[in-house]
Amino acid sequence: MSFPAEIFAQALNGLSYGVLLFLLSVGLTLIFGMLDVVNLAHGSLYMLGAYAGLTIIAFAGSFWLALLVAPLAVGLIGMLIERSCLRPLYRRGALDQVLLTFGLIYLFEDLVKWIWGGRIRSIPPPELFSGSVTIWQATVPSYRLFVIAFGLVMAVLLWLVIERTRLGAIIRAGVFDAEMTAGMGIDIDRVFTMVFGFGAALAGLSGVIAGPIQSAQPPMGATILVPALIVVVVGGLGSLKGSLAGSLIIGQAETFGKAWLPSASMLMIYVVMAAVVVLRPQGLFGRPLR
Amino acid sequence: MGISDEEETIMAQLTRRTLLTTGSLAAAGALAGPWVRRAHAQGAPLKVGLVLPYTGVYAVLGESITQGMELVFARENWTVAGRKIEMIKEDDEMKPPVGIRKTEKLIDSDRVDILTGPVHSGILMGMRDKVHGSKTILIVSNAGADAISRDRCSKWIFRTSFSNWQPNQPMGGWVAKNVAKDVFITAPNYQAGKDQLDAFKETFVPAGGKIVGEDYPKLGETDYAPYLTKIRQSGAKAVYAFFSGTDAVNFVKQFDQFGLKATVKLTGAGFLTEPDVLPAQGKSALGVITGHFYTPLLDNPTNQRFVKDFREKFAGKMPDGFACQGYDTAEVILRALKAVNGNTQDKDKLVDVIAKVEFDSPRGRFRFDPKTHNVIQPFIYIREVKETPLGLNNVPIDKVADVRDPGTGCTLPA
Repeated sequence: MSFPAEIFAQALNGLSYGVLLFLLSVGLTLIFGMLDVVNLAHGSLYMLGAYAGLTIIAFAGSFWLALLVAPLAVGLIGMLIERSCLRPLYRRGALDQVLLTFGLIYLFEDLVKWIWGGRIRSIPPPELFSGSVTIWQATVPSYRLFVIAFGLVMAVLLWLVIERTRLGAIIRAGVFDAEMTAGMGIDIDRVFTMVFGFGAALAGLSGVIAGPIQSAQPPMGATILVPALIVVVVGGLGSLKGSLAGSLIIGQAETFGKAWLPSASMLMIYVVMAAVVVLRPQGLFGRPLR
Repeated sequence: MGISDEEETIMAQLTRRTLLTTGSLAAAGALAGPWVRRAHAQGAPLKVGLVLPYTGVYAVLGESITQGMELVFARENWTVAGRKIEMIKEDDEMKPPVGIRKTEKLIDSDRVDILTGPVHSGILMGMRDKVHGSKTILIVSNAGADAISRDRCSKWIFRTSFSNWQPNQPMGGWVAKNVAKDVFITAPNYQAGKDQLDAFKETFVPAGGKIVGEDYPKLGETDYAPYLTKIRQSGAKAVYAFFSGTDAVNFVKQFDQFGLKATVKLTGAGFLTEPDVLPAQGKSALGVITGHFYTPLLDNPTNQRFVKDFREKFAGKMPDGFACQGYDTAEVILRALKAVNGNTQDKDKLVDVIAKVEFDSPRGRFRFDPKTHNVIQPFIYIREVKETPLGLNNVPIDKVADVRDPGTGCTLPA
């Protein structure tokens, strides 16, 4: 394999990993930006998505149905969490919210163990994308190409919703200043619930999408949280563009780190994060810190 | 301390009520000392302590080991040589500080007669000095740290499971001879991973094998794509991998998804396709070749009975290597206790007896190496994942006999 072909192959790997990170972190950054809540349970919603997905596949036998229904179910759970647990805490400090969502991690982990057991599970890739294809000497699973395409389409759709619709305008206004938005006569409570539910649904969606690549087991929600938080810090809080840029950069950094500097690969993403925090504390696309 | 260990044990067993109703006997006991003490000790329950993970990722391992032990003890109606068998289970959460604390509890306050466990090599290394110093008999039922059979071996420590070296060393020569000479090797980036690959190299390189690449992904890796691309690029004809748990599932699945199975044969240490991960790997695991001391498909009569009884007792569950380890641990305890007629007071005698225990295990003829107190694997079976009437399973295709850890640096009397 020639050197440029090798770089191409690894860049493709990095892209598919980055897109997965994007789907996972975009919900987190939206919730963060709008509600000012660090939802540590975001990884748990990702886990619920994976388990809901594999259950739907077991019963209905369709990956595509799971991809549609599991996010809706997780979104609903997200809305319930916002209404019942988070709402009373908005006027309290950030620490209380962090403690609450941290507690939810344990709650959901035990819930999953109770319902599904602790055994390792996995989602088989849909029949259509179960093979692999070779592009310019790089062999990649066709499912990963689907993930790349799906993730990029999602990014465009999200951008259209946020930049081009009335709902998007309200969300942008809410991210910028929630109180002022409420003052303009917008029912901000409802918007908060919807945004949280939407972010949760995105987490559930990424759980189903990641299922055929990775395995599902109760602690997965806690382990996936760290890279997602790093993406949010690198990209900038509350920024869709930042979430996409951050994910793609972290995806490439980690992939090339593993390929070329395996003994320091775990360090790579932290080096990127540290560099961003030093040079641009608000993240690549974040609002300047006041 | 003013009173001896055994007297304190008796004191602990006497509640106020028994003290009152058997007051005269107690008084007699104080006079007749040794004789009564002996009678009490023999009637007292045999306490077997288990330090295992019962929660978290490795809970399935702790469960299998415990079930293997329960199967044997239940067969004997939970009694041996007139003593009731009592298992005291402690959850070590796979965390060394927790495991060490639970070990201290079992030794100091429960005063167990025999300790078993753990799964985690770090916990084993951490509990080693406490066990050795307190002269507690420990029968290791999983953790494979080589050091426990080498420079950190102890007269008081036996191992029924394996040393990390054992399933890997025979595979090196076998892979070079039967699979390929150009091999890429990979394992998680921690001590046990490196130990296992080193054991593989020991026989692989002298047999004419060539390591064409080597990588150590982090423990708990979820995306092996960069490594799989490197494997393809290296021109390797085979891969030798040591992964377990979710790592094994992710690696085997992604290896298949990258289309590597068509040109590269996947081989490894047995944990790669044990029953805890096989269902999640599904068809991706077909054709994977691994070395292990056990597979439920062995056709010896002891194993056939073991598989049948185990599946009857535990709702159709297929026993795995971990269950076999639990079975053998309990079998060793039973046979040793019968040989000393239930007397656990003379610990030196008990150690001598355990070292000489020999029986037919599901894995073959079980015996300890007197030099290291580690099990001599009757066979390391080379197994290939195939579709069987009972689903995917590890089918034995070859075997290497009498695999004994070199025991370098262990100075137990031979």
